[in-house]
Amino acid sequence: MRTAGAYAIPAVMVMIVVFAVFKKVSVFEAFTKGAKSGAVTAFEILPSLVGLVVAVSMLKESGALELLVKALSPVATFFGIEKSVIPLALLNPISGGGSLSMYESLLKSVGPDSYAGRVASVMMGSTETTFYAVTVYYGSVGIRRTRQTIPAAVCADITSYIVSSHIVKLFFGV
Amino acid sequence: MVVSFVCAAALGNMQSLSDAVLEGASGAVDLSISLLGMLCLWGGIMNVAQESGFTVIISRILSPLFKVVFKNVKKESPAAQAISMNFAANLLGLGNAATPLGLEAMKRLQLENRNKSSATDDMAVFVLMNSAAMRIIPTTVAALRSKYGSASPMEIMPATWICTAASLFVGITVSKLLGRFFRRPERETP
Repeated sequence: MRTAGAYAIPAVMVMIVVFAVFKKVSVFEAFTKGAKSGAVTAFEILPSLVGLVVAVSMLKESGALELLVKALSPVATFFGIEKSVIPLALLNPISGGGSLSMYESLLKSVGPDSYAGRVASVMMGSTETTFYAVTVYYGSVGIRRTRQTIPAAVCADITSYIVSSHIVKLFFGV
Repeated sequence: MVVSFVCAAALGNMQSLSDAVLEGASGAVDLSISLLGMLCLWGGIMNVAQESGFTVIISRILSPLFKVVFKNVKKESPAAQAISMNFAANLLGLGNAATPLGLEAMKRLQLENRNKSSATDDMAVFVLMNSAAMRIIPTTVAALRSKYGSASPMEIMPATWICTAASLFVGITVSKLLGRFFRRPERETP
């Protein structure tokens, strides 16, 4: 299981480059062009990241999130969701940048190879910022009534939280 | 922020709240700098994939899958093509390309929508697909894992795939079931 993961990135890279050479694309030129847009994105997300990270660290320090976590943790425990990832699970659908910084501080405090660290990693890797997607996609075409989208998306997120806690237990132990 | 302020006042955390403001700002800069390298690398590689036509081939492979999920999207229609491209970009973790392609797909779905202010069932499924992280390689997560000293940053990948698949399956199923209860008028009501 572990070595399969290690192969993935180099394999995909080699595959894409070999295919491009075969198709006579100037690989390095295409690479630098894409890399530049990656750099632009990194700077583009900075302002919103500053705003969100500040708001989230305020939320964390104020104790508001702890109150909410305390209220919800019996429910989460019932479904077998790891307790230390609950704040992350609550924030993840709302704020991408915020949950990213919370994920980072979780990795810093418990380590990426601990049970909670792995659960958080699987969770972060399998869900996107739900409300951001809903707002942007529907907003772009002027749809106001999203009908079943939000309830379905929330069900999907909850599924991901429950499954991530159990699957890490299954694959790596606690 | 208002909630934070009120809570901090009530719980007597105001000093740590003001520290959090300052630390948060510099923390955000550190975070985006550490992501800069990864974004450049994958932005570059994915652009190579696009220019060589690699992503187009993938979208062709995916089209049978969409027949099951999308009710009213016809094969080879402009909407179907845009959806495929967005799906492929998502799979490859091409967030930058996925969003513009996804918005294009929404525009094409909207063209076939008779009630312009209300979402169709296919739109709901499509947005769900974009709110689940259907990528093969979770680059951001792997970058942060290796930054904090993981022995094997990519080891979580198979677990992530299963988790995403389960979440997407539940999301789409719930959407199909609830679609009947959220009625939509055929025409826009003023």
